[in-house]
Amino acid sequence: MRPSPLPAPPTEAAFALPGGAVRRSLLLLGRGIRSEPRTFAIAIGASAVYGVGLVASGWALGRITDRVVVPALEGGQVPSSHIWWAGVVLFAIGLVTAVAVALRRVYAGMAAFDVQAGHRRRVTRQYLRLPMSWHRRHPAGQLLSNANADAEAAGGVFVPLPFAIGVLVMIVLASVAMLWADLVLGAIGVSVLPLVLAANVVYRRYMSPAITVVQHERAAVSDVAHESFEAAAVVKSLGTEQLEEDRFTTVTHRLRDANIAVGRVRSVFDPVIDLLPALATLAVLLVGAHRIDSGVIGTGDVITTAYLLTVMTFPVRAIGFVLGDIPRSLVGHDRISRVIDARGYLTDGTAGLPAHGGMRVEVEDVTLAVPSFDAQGERTTAELLRGVSFAVEPGQTLAVVGPTGAGKSTLVDVLARMSDPTSGSMRYDGVDARDVGARSRTDAIALVAQSTFVFEDTIRGNVALGDDVEDGGSAFTDDEVWRALRTARADGFVAALPQGLDTVVGERGASISGGQRQRLAIARALIRRPRLLILDDATSAVDPLVEQQILAGLREQVGDVTVILVAYRTATIALASSVLHLERGLVVDQGTHPELLARDLGYRHLVTAYQRGRAEREAGR
Amino acid sequence: MSAQIEQSSTLGVLGTVREGLRLSPAMRRGLGLTFVLALFATVGRLIVPFAVQRTTDAGIGGPGGVDTDLVLTLCLAAAGGLLVTSACTTWVNVRLFKAAEAGLAQLRIRAFRHVHDLSVLTQNTERRGSLVSRVTSDVDTISMFVQWGGLMLLLSVLQILGATVAMALYSWQLTIIVWLAFVPMALLAPRAQRALNTAYGIVRVRVGSMLAVISESVVGAQTIRVYGAGLRTQHRIDTAISDHRNAAVKAQTFASVAFSSGVLLSGLALGAVVVAGTMLGIAGEITVGALVAFLFLVQIFTGPVQSATEVLNELQNAVAGWRRVISIVHTPLDVDEPERPQPPGPRGPATLELEGIEFAYPGGDLVLRDINLTVPAGARVAIVGETGSGKTTLAKLLTRLMDPTRGRVRINGVDLRDLSLSDLHARVVIVPQEGFLFDGTIATNVAYGRSGASPARVEETLGELGLSDWLATMPRGVQTDVGQRGESLSAGERQLVAIARAYLADADVLVLDEATSAVDPATEARINRALDGLTSGRTSVAIAHRLSTAEAADLVVVVDAGRIVEVGTHAELATGGGRYAQMHSSWVSQGE
Repeated sequence: MRPSPLPAPPTEAAFALPGGAVRRSLLLLGRGIRSEPRTFAIAIGASAVYGVGLVASGWALGRITDRVVVPALEGGQVPSSHIWWAGVVLFAIGLVTAVAVALRRVYAGMAAFDVQAGHRRRVTRQYLRLPMSWHRRHPAGQLLSNANADAEAAGGVFVPLPFAIGVLVMIVLASVAMLWADLVLGAIGVSVLPLVLAANVVYRRYMSPAITVVQHERAAVSDVAHESFEAAAVVKSLGTEQLEEDRFTTVTHRLRDANIAVGRVRSVFDPVIDLLPALATLAVLLVGAHRIDSGVIGTGDVITTAYLLTVMTFPVRAIGFVLGDIPRSLVGHDRISRVIDARGYLTDGTAGLPAHGGMRVEVEDVTLAVPSFDAQGERTTAELLRGVSFAVEPGQTLAVVGPTGAGKSTLVDVLARMSDPTSGSMRYDGVDARDVGARSRTDAIALVAQSTFVFEDTIRGNVALGDDVEDGGSAFTDDEVWRALRTARADGFVAALPQGLDTVVGERGASISGGQRQRLAIARALIRRPRLLILDDATSAVDPLVEQQILAGLREQVGDVTVILVAYRTATIALASSVLHLERGLVVDQGTHPELLARDLGYRHLVTAYQRGRAEREAGR
Repeated sequence: MSAQIEQSSTLGVLGTVREGLRLSPAMRRGLGLTFVLALFATVGRLIVPFAVQRTTDAGIGGPGGVDTDLVLTLCLAAAGGLLVTSACTTWVNVRLFKAAEAGLAQLRIRAFRHVHDLSVLTQNTERRGSLVSRVTSDVDTISMFVQWGGLMLLLSVLQILGATVAMALYSWQLTIIVWLAFVPMALLAPRAQRALNTAYGIVRVRVGSMLAVISESVVGAQTIRVYGAGLRTQHRIDTAISDHRNAAVKAQTFASVAFSSGVLLSGLALGAVVVAGTMLGIAGEITVGALVAFLFLVQIFTGPVQSATEVLNELQNAVAGWRRVISIVHTPLDVDEPERPQPPGPRGPATLELEGIEFAYPGGDLVLRDINLTVPAGARVAIVGETGSGKTTLAKLLTRLMDPTRGRVRINGVDLRDLSLSDLHARVVIVPQEGFLFDGTIATNVAYGRSGASPARVEETLGELGLSDWLATMPRGVQTDVGQRGESLSAGERQLVAIARAYLADADVLVLDEATSAVDPATEARINRALDGLTSGRTSVAIAHRLSTAEAADLVVVVDAGRIVEVGTHAELATGGGRYAQMHSSWVSQGE
């Protein structure tokens, strides 16, 4: 089964629920039921059968007591077969009820898990679809919490829901029967429902804010744990385990207090929900006794009403469960809605690109501004790139050189279309980047970034990474994979791994060092013979010796390719046919390395800083 | 040696609960009073059925017609009782919530701390996603259970006991029949619980896997976009989500069938009591009134039996989560405190000695062998070697992130294993390869571990390291936000912050695990200047990737294939025609 394609339908209604509390609750329940109609129908049907079974059991027991048990014990002649039949009938009702219970629970669980799985799919599709700028604003721990705890909370109410809806049948029947027996007593009995609903309004007023805090704190705990485990090396080196424990203790205690606050509200509300039908039953007895006394009704009517009210206690509880879970589900839904309703996708065009040869890259008057804060903490915009223009001819190599904060990584983002310029344009072979199809672009361009990522997959799968391969599979032959690994100088360590190409690395696989990851990432880029290769400080964790070998082997493996590299070492820069000197988002100069050395003072200063540092140190010794 | 964290502990259900309670002492606090209050709350559940029965029997259906006064008395007494017992229920609930949450917070913190104390994080950097789930969703599972299950179980058990006593007062024969009806359940329960246990265990494991795959889509967002691997990643995520859903549905199905058997047996019990009770009545063993009352009690008995099975089923879910957390706490520490710590000696630059060291990762070949080296106090040593030569492993041994398989590391003559960990961390600090930063400001990151250091002190520190000019380029100075994982700064700048952090830590021995062989030259010059400031007056060992570091060192140690092959000054080795001379000439040809 292939997953459906990524792009969202352009006119998708907001996932967030509009309106007041009641409307939002009904929308939440309605949407859930509509998403899994068959499963919910079975669960609700089974629940109704269960309700009827419950009433039938009480009714049958009454009839059997009157017609069989009492006559038999008071000396009447009751055939023994009747006694046995009575037992069989009660057991049979139990059997039907038991089957209904099992069906209701299995299908209610299935419905709830399906709703949760649906939320998780929607949320994670967004993670794959939203641009990098969105990801950079949202901590990983929080996003994990959205896909896990919040999706679970949003679907939580659907577990008791079929039960509550199914037993509504029971409540309606019981209410009609009560009112039929006596209008006054019936009115007392029926008044339980609006009272429960009223209690719920009060409950929700206290519960919603409390639950919001809990879900927030759950995400905070997840976030601290995630960050702290990531910082393990720093923590170990400075021996700050206690500090981390304190930090985690603070958020954990906030979560604990939030959970206790929720517990308090529930502790008060749950007994109240139980109390309402119980007090109503007592009221029926009291009023009923007076009405019998004044001859308006008979004893049987009071007993029937009291019995029906007892029967109603259970379904009212079920409704209480649903009402109790709604605030938590609404909060969870709100939290995942923020992900699902996030927009700002980079939409792809449909234009194709030539299949072979180096790519011609043109950047024309590109400016990129992002929201930022100034020194006083006021909102403003910062221009990371300002009117940048240059072109790289097919098969040429361009080195981008500049100090930290010059906008090099931002430029790389634009070149690989991780983001679009605020103004100006960026063209691949004369076609605007925004008009190029996603597949054409990923086929033609490879980027090796500063920080590389390895998937929990085999070495083969990590190198051959792409949509057209299954886990562990590959659209490339093993020979091709090995050749790419060889060029990236990763063949040595891969050959030494226990299962070679089939070794699983990543989250729960074998662990590999930073330098090995980078070389794997380089092999990943090389194997697809890109027409444009972008190397953003891609060899930072690799020994200089190895870096030199990799860069030398590059053309051999890839052939005719345009290369843009962010470079620091003079030797690396020397490989480039031209150099772009970037500073504070502006192009200072462009030319060959010797040209820039000769005419660009800042450039000379920059690339000779290393030698100067060395000279200074030697002078100081 | 490096211990593996098990997926789950192998404790039985009772063992898990007992161990869970042991690890969460706060959960047991005040349990006595809670129990007494729960007894009152149980009585509350019986008030209405008894009031209905008494009122209809004596008040309305009595021999003298309707006795409204009696009805009023009964109803008022019942209402009063309900209010009191409801208050008790609320109180019990609050107490249970408080104790359970306090206990679970203890467990969460304990597991979190234990993860940090294990070396697994520094050895296997890939396992974080699923570790996070152990201190988050696994504990949440227990919390959800305790929130409703705890009280339900308590009340149900008390109600079952109470109903049994009441039933026995009417007829011991029928009471035995009721209990016999539930025998099949008692016999099948252990097997059902085991099946459920396994099923819920699988659910917890699937949650961990699902989070691991989802975290790929978050942490690997850029790579996925560049290589157009979105559909493939989505497919992996969808599979993990479906796997979790299927496991959850399966566990739910088991639980439902187990629960419905309780409903079925309730029907059986009721049927059997009607038949046997009538027979007994005909034989004159029981009166009509007693039998009717008994039938009423059967229903009071079967209700809690059903809820108790329900709670026990759900308990399996909590136990599955509990086991995963307990397995963390039970993983033995590979680097632990000495029983009798030795005094570390005076502060100041220290001598380091490595003596006959061998090291192998568990189940692997030796990655270091025959390592003997003395680093004089105050010396700057650079260790060079190719990737995979074992130099990073050596750095980990120097800081006791791991212990050697054979041989010892000594500081001022004291074996590292004989120093208390706090003394060790005060003396020896490693500046790791990737300068990881926390989401916060430059100031908080530099002051990390030195909470007393003010922003002014941080600025001063940066000044002492010659980084004032760099700080001036930061938009908000030391208050500049560094972003998640420090990603708003460049790799070189993160390194600067890490150096300043180590400087404030003020150690006697520094182990520098250099990472960035390529940062922009200006930053590199700054890093070198800062490192000079950091290492002066201290003993330092650098795992060097940079030519400049080796050149500036007092002693260069060349490691190849797990052995030390050359030791000497830069000048000696550069002209010696050996391994180092070869590396050096390649560096120079690149640098110039």
